[in-house]
Amino acid sequence: MKYTQQDFKSDQIVKWCPGCGDHAILAAVLRAMPEICEKRGYTRDQFVFVSGIGCSSRFPYYMNTYGFHGIHGRAGALATGMKVANPKLSVWQMTGDGDALAIGGNHFIHEIRRNIDVNIILFNNRIYGLTKGQYSPTSKFGMVTKTSPYGTIEYPFTPGELVLGARGTFFARSLDSELALNQEIMVRAAMHDGTSVMEMLVNCMIYNNGTHADISDRAVRADRTIILRDGEPMIFGKDRDKGIILDGLKLKVVKLGENGITEKDLLVHNSKENNFGIHSMLVDMKGPDFPVALGVIRDVADKTYDDSIYEQLDEVKAKAKIHNMDELLHSGATWTVE
Amino acid sequence: MERKVVDVKDVVIRFTGDSGDGMQLTGTLFADASALYGNEISTFPDYPAEIRAPQGTVSGVSGFQVHIGQSDVKTPGDLADVLVSMNPAALMANAKFAKPGGSIILDQDSFDEQGLQKAGFKTMDPIEELNLQDYNIIWAPITSLTKESLKDSGMDIKSIVRCKNIFTLGMCYFMFNRPLHFTEEYLRKKFAKKPDLIEPNIKVLNDGYNYAHNTHAIGNTYTVEPAKLEKGVYRSINGNQATAWGLIAASEKSGRPMFVGSYPITPATAILEELAIHKNLGVKTMQCEDEISGICTSIGAAYAGNMAVTTTSGPGLSLKSEALGLAVIAELPLVVVDVQRSGPSTGIPTKTEQTDLAQALYGRNGECPVMVMAARTPSDCFRAAFYAAKFAMEHMMPVVFLSEGYLGNGSEPWKIPSMSDYPAINPPIISECDGKFKPFERDAETFVRKWAIPGTPGLEHRVGGLEKSPAGAVSSDPEVHEMMVANRAAKLAKVADCIPELEVFGEKEADVLLVGWGGTYGHLYTAASQLLEEGKSVGFAQFDYINPLPKNTAEVFARYKKILVCELNSGQFADYLRAKLPQFKYLQLNKVQGQPFMVHEIVDAVKAL
Repeated sequence: MKYTQQDFKSDQIVKWCPGCGDHAILAAVLRAMPEICEKRGYTRDQFVFVSGIGCSSRFPYYMNTYGFHGIHGRAGALATGMKVANPKLSVWQMTGDGDALAIGGNHFIHEIRRNIDVNIILFNNRIYGLTKGQYSPTSKFGMVTKTSPYGTIEYPFTPGELVLGARGTFFARSLDSELALNQEIMVRAAMHDGTSVMEMLVNCMIYNNGTHADISDRAVRADRTIILRDGEPMIFGKDRDKGIILDGLKLKVVKLGENGITEKDLLVHNSKENNFGIHSMLVDMKGPDFPVALGVIRDVADKTYDDSIYEQLDEVKAKAKIHNMDELLHSGATWTVE
Repeated sequence: MERKVVDVKDVVIRFTGDSGDGMQLTGTLFADASALYGNEISTFPDYPAEIRAPQGTVSGVSGFQVHIGQSDVKTPGDLADVLVSMNPAALMANAKFAKPGGSIILDQDSFDEQGLQKAGFKTMDPIEELNLQDYNIIWAPITSLTKESLKDSGMDIKSIVRCKNIFTLGMCYFMFNRPLHFTEEYLRKKFAKKPDLIEPNIKVLNDGYNYAHNTHAIGNTYTVEPAKLEKGVYRSINGNQATAWGLIAASEKSGRPMFVGSYPITPATAILEELAIHKNLGVKTMQCEDEISGICTSIGAAYAGNMAVTTTSGPGLSLKSEALGLAVIAELPLVVVDVQRSGPSTGIPTKTEQTDLAQALYGRNGECPVMVMAARTPSDCFRAAFYAAKFAMEHMMPVVFLSEGYLGNGSEPWKIPSMSDYPAINPPIISECDGKFKPFERDAETFVRKWAIPGTPGLEHRVGGLEKSPAGAVSSDPEVHEMMVANRAAKLAKVADCIPELEVFGEKEADVLLVGWGGTYGHLYTAASQLLEEGKSVGFAQFDYINPLPKNTAEVFARYKKILVCELNSGQFADYLRAKLPQFKYLQLNKVQGQPFMVHEIVDAVKAL
């Protein structure tokens, strides 16, 4: 069946604040859905959007698919149960920096460790929006919020580090406004078997306006971000004159044409490389010395939990001598009373 | 001294030793052999929380009590006719469980100065110190005889000494005229992969038997004739295993694949372990990262169309509270098994109690009623688990099955049922509908909503923790909320139409009604039987269903002058009854010691009324 994005739009009024970055993510998801259906042969009824609590967690109501709006932090556990129970489903987990990395941190890392085939969109606005402006696990050190009136004294997580540390098989990062890139990332995530984490840097107009402006402002975006694509050399900058090389054990930003550097000296992106080394360094790049990496940083194949559990069920069934409850009841030591 | 064979109706044996002495195995083997011999049995393991507490100390003592008899064995027995203590600490901790005038078998080798000191004895004469002169004390050099027995076995000395429990078992088999071949068969199977260990174990078992036969330490021996059990095929089963099997049975009957999300916790872990074995029957088990994930993965699985189960004990149920509310408001089928243990907090984790009733009934935010049910005996856990799953799926709601450590770890012979004796389970699955699917539209009679499983075209819908209108739209409308609260409560109340009525054992109209719930059944039944034999005017009713209560509860209560509610907590069921049926006066018998009732405690309480 051929779908359009209209087929995935629910009849609910979208209630995010005007200008919220979440609107743009919804737009990208709606655009990605028909393409995903075509590429994977899915029908609409196979999709489940599951969420926890927070602004972004309202997402399932805006999709005309199956949906589950859970409780705070538990989207990962809910999604895990759905996928394992019913592996034909395409499960999409909508979660925020508070939902996934604070209250739901444990589920988040274990979901990734198990490599459950779930697509996670992590809306990172570095603030608690729904509870009206408290710092989150990704808020910058020193940030003044309602619960940190003198500035936070906590160090933030870099979500990609957590994902890689939990032996993640797929990690992508993007900005809310990168509509085309985001659609591309979502399709890649859907094609990936295993946990796909897409960190979306979204803006909260009300409580954390401009938190990503240092990289997202049109004037600086090209110089302060780099979009990674497989097989392409790592070039960035308004004039596409900067690149990234491996200098010893570290990455280094270089200028093309200076010191004899040519495109051939630059690192070529390979999201399929199993070794975490370069992916980890790419995840960690930040200003002022480096551009922030966007796009699919890591996308490696590994066995999923949901595949393994069904394989194990089949293996055990094939060898089993007990095939039903009556046989089980009579197995082992029994005796007869005449 | 001439040795006589004495026929007895029933006998209680308590095996005690260091937690590394293999007492649980010894007790289980004795119980299994007795069950296979045809006796009725009931067992009660009483073990410490520490896996290996300091050797020889009272805190490391592990016990296993077995009650065998010809008929009406409903409890593991109050006091032991025979106490086996492998070391001074075991005697120190368990002498109080020995019946006055009974026999006590002691491993003489362990009663040296160091052992006595470690156990906290102040003198070198433990018998006098504990005032046990009137008991039949049987001193046997069990450790040295085991060493002698196995000196040519080729085993190292540590492994040899570990066999002293099997030597002791052999002695007990002689004392109670048990056949050895059941245990010999067991040892052959157990050590099939380590054949070197088969013959030594069988040898030491027989040497123990022969030692008891050849010495005069043991006076009379006892026979307990096989019970006159109903015809049929029997097996021995413990409560946790029965729970696991009841759940698998429900999955088979309902045709719904089973998903279990759980986290290890004493004393419920064995259910997860048992379920994990049965992948052959399609059981998917997931050992989750925490208790919350246990219930949340299960709720996700329920939404996705599986029969969903999470198993835990009290502290785990606390962690699951919020998510249990999610299952209530999303109206999804979910079985929550709580094998209760002593609390609050970590409490005494290996000891039994009935202290989670209030938590199961009330422990959530908002108006959040759940179905609560219980089991009477270890094997009855099969029925309880089966029906918990049936009610959960057919009524689209979570059901809490309150098991108990006493039931989960206890075992008894069980007449194997046929699955054809169990009813069908028909979940209200919907595959198509006219127009837009309304997830919270209800059946007019039962108030049950439909189960629309993702992957069904045309039934796309959203559920979750936010209040919804019947059509499934998020709603904070005051009237809608009040209606939904009332409807969810009414749906649960209507389950009373589907559960059995309360039955009374004994006098149908009398002075006293003994009331209990769950695992106290055996003790209360035995107490009621004794009181009836003595001509007392007593009835006894055990509740399998707590929320909702059986429909005839008030009618039953009205026929008695006094109602005595007996439970292993400070009065949680009594308080609940006071709220539900305030027209009656409830007297209480409570015990919160991490131990089951003793029959005489109940008998005495009734007499004192």
